[in-house]
Amino acid sequence: MTIKAYRRKLDTENGRVDLSHGAGGRAMAQLIADVFHDALDNDWLRQGNDQSLFDVVKGRMAMTTDAFVVSPLFFPGGDIGSLAVHGTVNDIAMSGAKPLYLSTSFIIEEGFPLSDLARIAQSMGAASRAAGVPVITGDTKVVERGKADGVFITTAGVGIVPEGLDLSGDKARPGDALLLSGSIGDHGVAVMSKRENLEFDCEIVSDSAPLHGLVAEMVAAAGASLRLMRGPTRGGLAATLNEIAQQSRVGFRIAESALPVKPEVAAACELLGLDPLNVANEGKLIAVVAPEAAPALLEAMRAHPLGRDAAIIGAAVEDERRFVQMTSSFGGARIVDWLAGEQLPRIC
Amino acid sequence: MKYVDEYRDGELARGMARTLATIAHSDRDYRFMEFCGGHTHAISRYGLEDLLPPNVRMIHGPGCPVCVLPIGRIDAAIALARNPKVTLCTYADLMRVPASGGMSLIKAKAAGADIRMVYSTLDAIRIAEAEPAREVAFFAIGFETTTPPTALAIRLAAQKKLSNFSVFCNHVLTPAAMRAILAGEGEGVEIDGFVGPSHVSAVIGVHPYRFVAEQFGKPIVISGFEPLDVMQSIVMLVRQLNEGRCEVENQYGRAVAPDGNLKAQAEVADIFELRESFEWRGLGEVPSSALHLRDAYAAYDAERRFGVETPSAKDNPACECGAILRGAKRPHDCKLFGTVCTPETPMGSCMVSSEGACAAQWTYRRFETQRIAS
Repeated sequence: MTIKAYRRKLDTENGRVDLSHGAGGRAMAQLIADVFHDALDNDWLRQGNDQSLFDVVKGRMAMTTDAFVVSPLFFPGGDIGSLAVHGTVNDIAMSGAKPLYLSTSFIIEEGFPLSDLARIAQSMGAASRAAGVPVITGDTKVVERGKADGVFITTAGVGIVPEGLDLSGDKARPGDALLLSGSIGDHGVAVMSKRENLEFDCEIVSDSAPLHGLVAEMVAAAGASLRLMRGPTRGGLAATLNEIAQQSRVGFRIAESALPVKPEVAAACELLGLDPLNVANEGKLIAVVAPEAAPALLEAMRAHPLGRDAAIIGAAVEDERRFVQMTSSFGGARIVDWLAGEQLPRIC
Repeated sequence: MKYVDEYRDGELARGMARTLATIAHSDRDYRFMEFCGGHTHAISRYGLEDLLPPNVRMIHGPGCPVCVLPIGRIDAAIALARNPKVTLCTYADLMRVPASGGMSLIKAKAAGADIRMVYSTLDAIRIAEAEPAREVAFFAIGFETTTPPTALAIRLAAQKKLSNFSVFCNHVLTPAAMRAILAGEGEGVEIDGFVGPSHVSAVIGVHPYRFVAEQFGKPIVISGFEPLDVMQSIVMLVRQLNEGRCEVENQYGRAVAPDGNLKAQAEVADIFELRESFEWRGLGEVPSSALHLRDAYAAYDAERRFGVETPSAKDNPACECGAILRGAKRPHDCKLFGTVCTPETPMGSCMVSSEGACAAQWTYRRFETQRIAS
């Protein structure tokens, strides 16, 4: 006679995460099986090992990691689960690489609703399947109430770089064209619109999206003429351009009139005293490319759904002071600076 | 964006620039002080000075509430926040203002003080309601624009019978500061006219500036904050001077009624009264230039409730914030500007707030003065 152990179903409707879910016992095994394996299901996870094995392909690999602490956890156009996939997929893709695998770890606060955890895991699974990049290993920890804020997620990823491609932030040269894949500020404004002390009605949804498909088209169109790509995430376009200016020892000149900004984003920024240039994006990229390759690259970007509103927004210039300057639509020039201080904490 | 783009139109701006170039007499200078930090910010952000003739020069005024707050008041706020019972609510602008001994609110917060950034006075009320065991004090600063929201919060706290809410009041008055600047004119400051406050005027109206024209003989044009507003106001000022007129004119008629917002004025008058004197950074002690709570509302006055004392504190001796706030010096006249003093590591308040003259110059226009890479 075999006795089947009674296994109480995890209450993902009304239950909450408690410390036993992180203690290494049956409760933890059940949480992982019922919430995470169910959502992220694939051959690697099903094997249930402490690590996952995969073959190494010939060539150069790219690796990255990113932590996600966004508040609120659910926002228009996404949530912390999908964001954790897109953020890492995009960081890999900015090297021109094809993302292959992701890992994830969850730090969960005691008392966190299991329904929210399941929703986040499902969203992560859906984003991973849509991107074609599986989450092949993971970890969960539970900390006492008050030691975290709901849930924090870290993802890491690896990818393979196409042969002959060598993108890097220090490769911009004076004269290179600067391209932007679409409107700026959508993610930051969408998240802010749901902050509890700031709530305002707006129809903006986060632009959070995986960009490796767009990147593949760009690599096909411009190849070795591409100098670098980068996502204008935290700190927005302003911070990204300043970073590259420092790394490449050049300046940038951009034209305000060329920058795509949605009217709702412009209005929200106006109201809150923000500059869309400083506001985070999660589904946009900038590319620096040799000037002669810019028209073909722009065409390839616009042919992709995530690059429909792409534009040439400026150029790298010689400037030993490494200033990013913008010609305003008004007529005068001004510096586009890093943001000082803490305008928008916990946006990703 | 409707109702905004119209006031940032480059074509219209170039038209006004041509008008200015035509009407400005080449044999004289026009030196105009824009009182408000909001104007300073717009002038720098839109590169407005690029469009002015060389003999029309803007002098940045003291209308940045963060900038004019003396260090002693920040020290007092930090001391208040260190009281373990107190939750200090503040606008984010104040967090990085340097206080005595290398301290600031953001550092005090990191060291354990319960300091929270809020977007409105009502957020502070909500915190007081949600956490009845905490003493919630709101760090109230600003000119006539931010005083009515503070008054509203006190009124609400009284209605809700909140016994754990109070206000550390630092509200100051624009006309008093203008008078102090004009009385001190000649000490390195020469002003031919004022671009007058926008939002402040929406509250107090047009009449409180009459003394500027009548006693001091300077024209003043109340101006909106958009770049075309400022351009048009400059054209109006040049015309007044050219025609020998000296008046209070209102360019910002779409928001400023001659009498201002009477309801807001009444609310403020009911809750606040004049302080005999108040210290301003840059201007020193200015009589009748600030407000505190009337005795009837003493229960909501953090200064009285917690016995807050304002220590006398000295600015960094090399910091020129004082002279810059009086219009006697420009940001890049200061030795610290852009060297040890930047928005990341501000030595003086003018480098902290986005409305401060130094921060505006550094953030938007330092290509004019900076030669080498930082």
